[in-house]
Amino acid sequence: MSFETFLVQCLNSLQYGLLLFLVASGLTLIFGIMGVINLAHGSFYMIGAYMAYALAPLVGGGFFTTLALGLVLAVVLGYALEWAFFSFLYEREHLQQVLMTYGLILVFEELRSILVGDDVHGVQAPPWLAGSIPLGDLMTYPVYRLFISGVCLALAGSMWFVLARTRLGMTIRAGATNREMVQSLGIDIQFLYRVVFAAGVAIAVLAGMVAAPVSSVYPGMGNQVLIICFVVVVIGGIGSIRGALLAALLIGFVDTFGKVVFPQAAGVLVYVLMALILLWKPDGLFKAG
Amino acid sequence: MTVKKRLSFAALALAAAASLAAHSAMAQSPKLKVGLMLPYTGTYAALGVAIENGFRLRVAEQGGKLGGREIEFVKVDDESDPAKATDNVNKLIKRDNVDVIVGTVHSGVAMAMAKAAKDNGTMLIVPNAGADAVTGAMCANHIFRSSFSNWQPGYAMGEVVAKKGHKRVVTITWKYAAGDESVKGFREGFEKGGGQIVKELSLPFPNVEFQALLTEIASIKPDAVYTFFAGGGAVKFVKDYAAAGLKKTIPLYGAGFLTDGTLEAQGADADGLLTTLHYGDSLNTPRDNAFRLEYAKAYKLQPDVYAVQGYDAAQMLAIGLKAVNGDVSKKAEFAAALEKAKIDSPRGAFTLGKSHNPVQDIYLRQVVGKENKVIGVASKSLADPGRGCKM
Repeated sequence: MSFETFLVQCLNSLQYGLLLFLVASGLTLIFGIMGVINLAHGSFYMIGAYMAYALAPLVGGGFFTTLALGLVLAVVLGYALEWAFFSFLYEREHLQQVLMTYGLILVFEELRSILVGDDVHGVQAPPWLAGSIPLGDLMTYPVYRLFISGVCLALAGSMWFVLARTRLGMTIRAGATNREMVQSLGIDIQFLYRVVFAAGVAIAVLAGMVAAPVSSVYPGMGNQVLIICFVVVVIGGIGSIRGALLAALLIGFVDTFGKVVFPQAAGVLVYVLMALILLWKPDGLFKAG
Repeated sequence: MTVKKRLSFAALALAAAASLAAHSAMAQSPKLKVGLMLPYTGTYAALGVAIENGFRLRVAEQGGKLGGREIEFVKVDDESDPAKATDNVNKLIKRDNVDVIVGTVHSGVAMAMAKAAKDNGTMLIVPNAGADAVTGAMCANHIFRSSFSNWQPGYAMGEVVAKKGHKRVVTITWKYAAGDESVKGFREGFEKGGGQIVKELSLPFPNVEFQALLTEIASIKPDAVYTFFAGGGAVKFVKDYAAAGLKKTIPLYGAGFLTDGTLEAQGADADGLLTTLHYGDSLNTPRDNAFRLEYAKAYKLQPDVYAVQGYDAAQMLAIGLKAVNGDVSKKAEFAAALEKAKIDSPRGAFTLGKSHNPVQDIYLRQVVGKENKVIGVASKSLADPGRGCKM
């Protein structure tokens, strides 16, 4: 591998890692902070991608207006789902959470099939992001991928800021540690959780919408990202934004170089990494709290 | 007459009546039970529906009968899930007692079906799944295929790429049976034509993060790339290949699935791509035009390669049934009739090889607008070698 190729592969790793973080961060929030095992996370990602495809014609094709509309719908959806389903799950066992969120996967997948069909669709990136920049004489790099990386970094930064540096973040963290105590201090924890859940759904939908132009839109796409999301969250340490970011980057590097250097084992390398890290640190890289 | 005698007389009469009833039932020939085991949910749902549509269209053309017998359908959704395949196919064979099974799309599921069909002696027609082994190591005189083997489009493209004068080629696919078999076929055709495969790249199914491998291709700088991807992966690969700037410098060739049912999503990035398959758009033969018109009338949809394969599965069943007067238990005669038959398919007439895989023309197709336009025959009357088949 020449040095130039090596540098490009590092860029690929970084970019893939950030994409993983974008997809997994909503799960960190819901799984890590609220303690709900949300298997339907992948479905929210899929809903986002399909929104990017289906909403664009309604708002005249503008990428950012589509994004804004999608986010509003996502918050409403998240808020309603929390009210109707998830608010009954906090006190329940994890197995019941798994059962219900798995049911939601089936419902969303079937609704998707009824509403938009089973075809594969493409989503156009906005024209000013559609170009490519040359990397030496080797190949070109799509600007849109760099844009995604930027979105990821901004998201990681703002999530960290809200959770670690604001009063809202403090109450959320307190609620994660001791729900009853926070409630007895006069804070409406129910409302707070509803907001956190809606935010988690919105982030997953945002990930789906932003990723749609590079990943294309197809049935079952949510289930594909679900497992890798859980790997990211578990390696990173449950509830830790910093951990999730580091884990996502680590996976990005292992997966990218694994595919090139050990192609025969590419499928398992990420899981080997997870096993090794859990042996070394059973709670993941960073444990929240 | 003593009581005892009277009783035995009654028993005899009853027995006679019963056998008479059974006999007349045979003569009336109850409906032929066809088990459709296809994906009706999941990624391949659209393919399953197209196959069923094609099959039903042929049955409707024949007045609801095939080979003189009325058809009754029993449907099972296989979900393209190999883990459930054995249970699903056994339901059809043991619970529903079907006479013939038609299915399926997914190769892993089809392998389980072939095994069950072989063990139970049930007639099986595979209308899509290309796993080489279905008409290779798993072959049997009551197992047929109306579609293709993964080897066929790959081999044909190998010949084409070699003829174009490319010497060093990289292949890239998912690491699973269909991808491996397609690349193996390509290698055989390409090396025979004097080419050399410098690297076989692969990634786990259904991973779609291609960037690392695209960088690898850029650094190897081969004369051309051969690929096997389908569905969402095919869309993403074609778009990523173009976005990486490789489409302009290194020509991309693929098995037909790369651009089938995916052109809408791939947009301009697919323009001009060459692929090989046993069907395509603008064939413009009277047979295909008639089929396309009938299909469009019946379903308000344009047919695709999957609809053709379903249609031909029904044609094959009809030919076999006709030869045995509707009695599917006469497997040897059924098979003999099909082995001799010329199947008048919309794709162009084909015959069945020794291992019951179609011997057919593989077309070279080019993406023009939103169509896979047939621009020539890549390999004439190409027969799968049927390796490992002992019949």
